[in-house]
Amino acid sequence: MNQHVLLIEDEPNIIEAIRFILSREGWSVDVHSDGRTAMEAIRARAPDVVILDVMLPNKSGYDILSELRSDSTHGELPVLMLTARGQKKDRELAARLGASRFMTKPFSNGEILSAVSELAG
Amino acid sequence: MAMQTRIGARIRAKRGDLGLRQADLARSCGISPSYLNLIEHERRRIGGALLVRIAGVLQIEPELLSEGAETALTTALRASADVHNEANPEVERLDEFAARYPGWAQIIEAQHGEVERLQRLVSELSDRLTYDPFLSASMHEVLSSVTAVRSASAILADGGEISPEWQARFHRNIYEDSQRLATSTEALVGYLDAGGNAAGAATLPQDEVEAWLAELGWSVPVMERNPDCARDEVPGLDEMSTSAAALADIFLAQYRRDVSALPYDAFKLALSTLGADPVVLAAHFAVGLPVVFRRLASLASEDLPDGQPRGLVACDASGTLTFRKPVPGFDVPHHGSACALWPLFHAASRPASPIRQDVRAVARDEQGFETFAFAEVAYPSGYNGPPVVSSWMLISPQTQTSELAQPVGMSCRICAVEGCPARREPSIVSTARDTPQEMDARL
Repeated sequence: MNQHVLLIEDEPNIIEAIRFILSREGWSVDVHSDGRTAMEAIRARAPDVVILDVMLPNKSGYDILSELRSDSTHGELPVLMLTARGQKKDRELAARLGASRFMTKPFSNGEILSAVSELAG
Repeated sequence: MAMQTRIGARIRAKRGDLGLRQADLARSCGISPSYLNLIEHERRRIGGALLVRIAGVLQIEPELLSEGAETALTTALRASADVHNEANPEVERLDEFAARYPGWAQIIEAQHGEVERLQRLVSELSDRLTYDPFLSASMHEVLSSVTAVRSASAILADGGEISPEWQARFHRNIYEDSQRLATSTEALVGYLDAGGNAAGAATLPQDEVEAWLAELGWSVPVMERNPDCARDEVPGLDEMSTSAAALADIFLAQYRRDVSALPYDAFKLALSTLGADPVVLAAHFAVGLPVVFRRLASLASEDLPDGQPRGLVACDASGTLTFRKPVPGFDVPHHGSACALWPLFHAASRPASPIRQDVRAVARDEQGFETFAFAEVAYPSGYNGPPVVSSWMLISPQTQTSELAQPVGMSCRICAVEGCPARREPSIVSTARDTPQEMDARL
């Protein structure tokens, strides 16, 4: 059975590219673009890895991560945070909230692939 | 003795720069060459009139040969050594280094100063990226476009198997994102050009005053306790530029009047019994609405009945924002004009008429706010003098957004609302966003 990634991102062309490169490597990829209902998507079908953008409509990736980490069932899921801002304080905030990895845009396809593979164990 | 050592070395170096022989300099200064030789080789102290004479011949200020300049230099060298202590610089030989290699020492000093200046600039830019919504949104747009272009082009270039349909899709995506990138970078350049350099923009007097108020928590506790307190009891004023301090004084004068009209304890008591409706409070205290707005905006969240902080903006008749206290979810532009649909501007067009309007901030976190706006007109020059309009808008976060709330943005350039009747210029933020379901349908 394919391993499963949930991509929470709202940039259509970034979604297409990530979905393509992961699918090509055999991953099953679900996409969700609304921050407010992201936790519902996680609970509906728990993925092996969550790719989570910081700037999302209605709710930030940081808030979603915080909520996820306090979830008794899915709190341990590996999360790869994506952001256009890679300042030290952003990295520190992500680490404090429990991000498994932190990646700044623009990233390469290879970086995404290897990060997801590592997080899936 | 170390100080003398540096002076001698400097004289020797400067003489060399000018191509003077030791004998020539000695003759010009009225001393023997052998005595000058002793000075240059640190064997005689020098000061007073002789130092002035030598400096005159060397066409250099005496201070640059003596203590002040040397101290500044060694201080800078020591600071540089502290920063790079991993290199184990020979700090105990710092004086000797400055004396033997004055030119290199000055280069290190200059580079250290430049590094410090650049670090300050990076810090200011970082702050600006954090607090300037337009810059933050622009950079997000640019980086998102670059990411999409990079990913799609890498997919096409890596030679892996890809169907013609996907090839066409990624070609189209690259085209779309490159267009978006061109638009957003053009807007960004225009914005930065209009705003001047980052360092300058970070030090506008209004920015300084608002940063100071943010540091204070948007209230002045010492004045809350005693409205007639002395100016020097208010913290932070000494650290401001002259222009910012003048602006802060105007703010403090108004704050003093507001506190006298609505003292903290009485105001809090009224809030607990009457609620936070500004019109009710203004009637109760027999004061103008802007006074109540300002007092509400000065309170901490825990002092307000609903536990929500209040934002406050003000503008003059030109629409220029003269006061900006942001509230989470409601962005306020630091440069350029605000959204023309803000009730603030509606109030400015019909002074003395209170306005209450629900709005929905069109941003990534769409949030509802209850706004209260009121404009007052003053005639400071008396009869036949020009009217001076001040419009104020209090912004109260709502937990639920009314369906009738007016959508408002921050500024046209980063507002994605399509078909807005008040739009002044195109947005740099992409507006067409497919849902994942629509994307699936396209695939």
